[in-house]
Amino acid sequence: MARRENPEINAGSMADIAFLLLIFFLVTTTMNVDSGVSKKLSEKPPEDYVPPIIKEKNIFEVNINRNNDLLVEGERMDIKDLKITAMAFIDNGGGEGKIDEGVVTGPCTYCQGERSISSSDHPNKAIISVQSDRGTEYGTYLKVQDELIKAYSVLRDRLSKQRYGISFVELEESYKEDRNNLELKKKVEDIKNSYPEIISDAEPTSN
Amino acid sequence: MPAVNTASLPDIVFMLLFFFMVTTTMRETDLKLENPKLPSATEVQKLEHKSLVSTIYVGKSKDPARHGVGFNRIQLNDKIATAADVPAFIINSRSKVSEAEVPFMTTSIKADKESNVGTIIDIRLKLRDANALKISYSASKAVDN
Repeated sequence: MARRENPEINAGSMADIAFLLLIFFLVTTTMNVDSGVSKKLSEKPPEDYVPPIIKEKNIFEVNINRNNDLLVEGERMDIKDLKITAMAFIDNGGGEGKIDEGVVTGPCTYCQGERSISSSDHPNKAIISVQSDRGTEYGTYLKVQDELIKAYSVLRDRLSKQRYGISFVELEESYKEDRNNLELKKKVEDIKNSYPEIISDAEPTSN
Repeated sequence: MPAVNTASLPDIVFMLLFFFMVTTTMRETDLKLENPKLPSATEVQKLEHKSLVSTIYVGKSKDPARHGVGFNRIQLNDKIATAADVPAFIINSRSKVSEAEVPFMTTSIKADKESNVGTIIDIRLKLRDANALKISYSASKAVDN
C-alpha cells in the first residue's frame, strides 16, 4: 500500500466538538448563591438555670397552630398585619429600659410609638416569643420569622436615617467593606443596640 | 461577498468552554431527597465561605418505599438519617476545618416548605447540644410584597 502524503488535518469540525462540550457545561452549571434567614441559637442553659421573670407586657406572643393560623396576643391575625403589630409593640417605649451591668438605659428617647403602659417598656426589653405546633408547616413558620425580622429592620432603618442619614442596610454594607473603620462599627452597634433583635422560640406544642 | 473567516471561531468557543469548566461546581452530595422547594423570604443574607457551611436537607424522600412518605426525612451527607445523627455530622464537619475557623461555621437548613416545624426543632435542639449555634434557614429571595 502506498503511503499517502499526510495532508493537513481538517479542523473544521473542531468548532462543533467545542460547541458540544460548551453546551454540556452550560447545562450543568448552576450558579446558585446560597442564601437564607440567619439565626443565632441561644446556648444550652445549665441544669439549674432559673429563667428570669419577665413582665407580661414585655412579651409579644405569636402562636402558630397546626393549621397554620396565627394567634397574636390572644387574637387571630393575618400574616400581613404581623409586621405592623410587631413594630407597634417594639417601638412602644412605655417605660424605662433595662439596667445592664449598672448602666441605666432609661426611657426610650427615639421611640415613636404610643407609649402605652400596657405594651412594652423599651425595645431592649421587648421580647417576641414565637410558639408553633410540631405540625406547623415550615413555610409558614419561616414567613412569620421573616415578618418579625422585617419589623426590626424597618425600625433600624428609620433610626439609622434619622441619626446618620443613610439606611441601616447601606450602613452595614459599608461596614462590611471596611471592617477596620471604628466609627462605622460604632454606628452599626449603636443601631443594633437600640433595637436589639429578641425573637425567642418557645417550646412547641404537640398533640 | 467573500465568506466570513471562521478560523477563530474555535478559539472563541474554547474560551467560553474553559470559563464554564472552571466555574462549574459539581454537586458533592447526591440528593436522596427530592429537591426541596425552599420557602421564600425577604430578609435573606448570602452565605459566605462555602467551605464553612454544612448543609442539612429536610424534605421528601425520592424512594418512598424505603424511607416512607412525608416531608420530614433528614439527609446528612449522602444518607437519610435522624435528628439523633446531627451532632456526629457536625463534629465530623468540624474536623475538616481548622480550629480557628470553627466559630464561624454555619449550618444551613435546606428544608422543604411543606415539612413540619417539629422536625426543624428536633434538629435545632441537637445543633444546640453540639454547640453549633449559627444557623441559616435556606430561603429564596422574594420580592418585597
